[in-house]
Amino acid sequence: MSERAFLSTRKGLFELQRAQGRWEVGPIHFLGEPVSIALADPRDGSLYAALNLGHFGVKLHRRDAGSDSWTEIAAPAYPLKPEDSSDTVEWKNRLIWSLEPGGADQPGVLWAGTLPGGLFKSTDRGASWNLVQALWDIPQRKEWFGGGYDVPGIHSICVDPRNSDHVLVGVSCGGVWRTEDGGASWRVSATGMRADYMPPELNENEAVQDPHRIVRCAGNPDVLWCQHHNGIWRSENNGVNWQEITDAALSNFGFAVAAHPRDGGTAWFAPAIADQRRIPVGASLAVTRSSDGGKTFTALRAGLPQEHCYDLVYRHGLAVDAEGLGLLMASTSGGAWSSADGGNNWHTISTTLPPIYAACFG
Amino acid sequence: MARLIFTQQLARFTDVPQVDTAAGELRAGLESAFALNPLLRSYVLDDQGHLRENVVIFIDGRRSSERRLLTDPLQPDSTVYVLQALSGG
Repeated sequence: MSERAFLSTRKGLFELQRAQGRWEVGPIHFLGEPVSIALADPRDGSLYAALNLGHFGVKLHRRDAGSDSWTEIAAPAYPLKPEDSSDTVEWKNRLIWSLEPGGADQPGVLWAGTLPGGLFKSTDRGASWNLVQALWDIPQRKEWFGGGYDVPGIHSICVDPRNSDHVLVGVSCGGVWRTEDGGASWRVSATGMRADYMPPELNENEAVQDPHRIVRCAGNPDVLWCQHHNGIWRSENNGVNWQEITDAALSNFGFAVAAHPRDGGTAWFAPAIADQRRIPVGASLAVTRSSDGGKTFTALRAGLPQEHCYDLVYRHGLAVDAEGLGLLMASTSGGAWSSADGGNNWHTISTTLPPIYAACFG
Repeated sequence: MARLIFTQQLARFTDVPQVDTAAGELRAGLESAFALNPLLRSYVLDDQGHLRENVVIFIDGRRSSERRLLTDPLQPDSTVYVLQALSGG
């Protein structure tokens, strides 16, 4: 089981440590500063923390394995916008929304998804970054728009463990995009998704879909799960086609999804009332789990607050460990819960933390 | 020589040198500070080289007026404060 985990919060990066089977809050890094996302790189033990300083912009820090100190490294930065550009988007990094390692055969490669929609790649552990120009230049980017923010953003980056050049990204709101050549070319890959917030004639437009979060089953990489603005979708062919899951328990709305690391049939969700209220169904917190590819779901509540609970679990607020049994869930109201048995039972870590954007094991 | 003084709020994140510069324009003055600490650039300027939205600069008691090109003139005896704007929270 993982012995360490991290919560990225509005007021710092909170390290969690396991003691006698339970998670406790350990050292707090960057106390007081907004941490939008963190990455514990399993390839070399490095830890990365993306900051979004209110005055001074997006920053990125790395802590090497075995070290106690953080080093500021380069943050992804957009190139100078051509004077004659007709792009209405400002080419300025407003947030690192996702941060993922490249494949095991690509040490040093990192991917970063940002607002306003740029994907960045580093080949030197974040010492330098380059905008993935081919995705930035796709004509359909003009159709993208903000979902939850004023501008579009990339929140999900799924590297195929079978081939590190095969990468799938999710964009709110800009659909799903795949590359099979390390980012040199991209194709939209949201066939089957539906956007009910668009006029009827546009609701199957793949480039305006709002996949809230996409995760891949590492042990069965053709399987991807998507919590979408308008429901839950699943793919069994690496995102080429998506099938809607129509019998989700409690609600088909939410932001977070976690995929079992080996079993392509199992995933967890954090349902909420759609979509203006965005609170747990019945003000009662639950996780739903499917173990049969989305045919049926079980609502899991043991140990979670069941009265007057208004916690929302945002996109990166639900994580599963490498064994598929340990779970972490964290809310924008500062609640954090853990499970050691696949979600059957939950333990409260805290209900008074700062707003939590992301949870990860490390 | 114009003198550049950076808010100590920045010292939480990176070195903030006090700089005396012969530059005649704000951007050139800032560049002389960035030469001493390259990390400082991204704290003051954004990706496009514009003054960050929530950073404010005062030159001899007046807020700088040109936030993109940073062409506000500096006098040999100017005092320049680089501060965080309260709009940033």
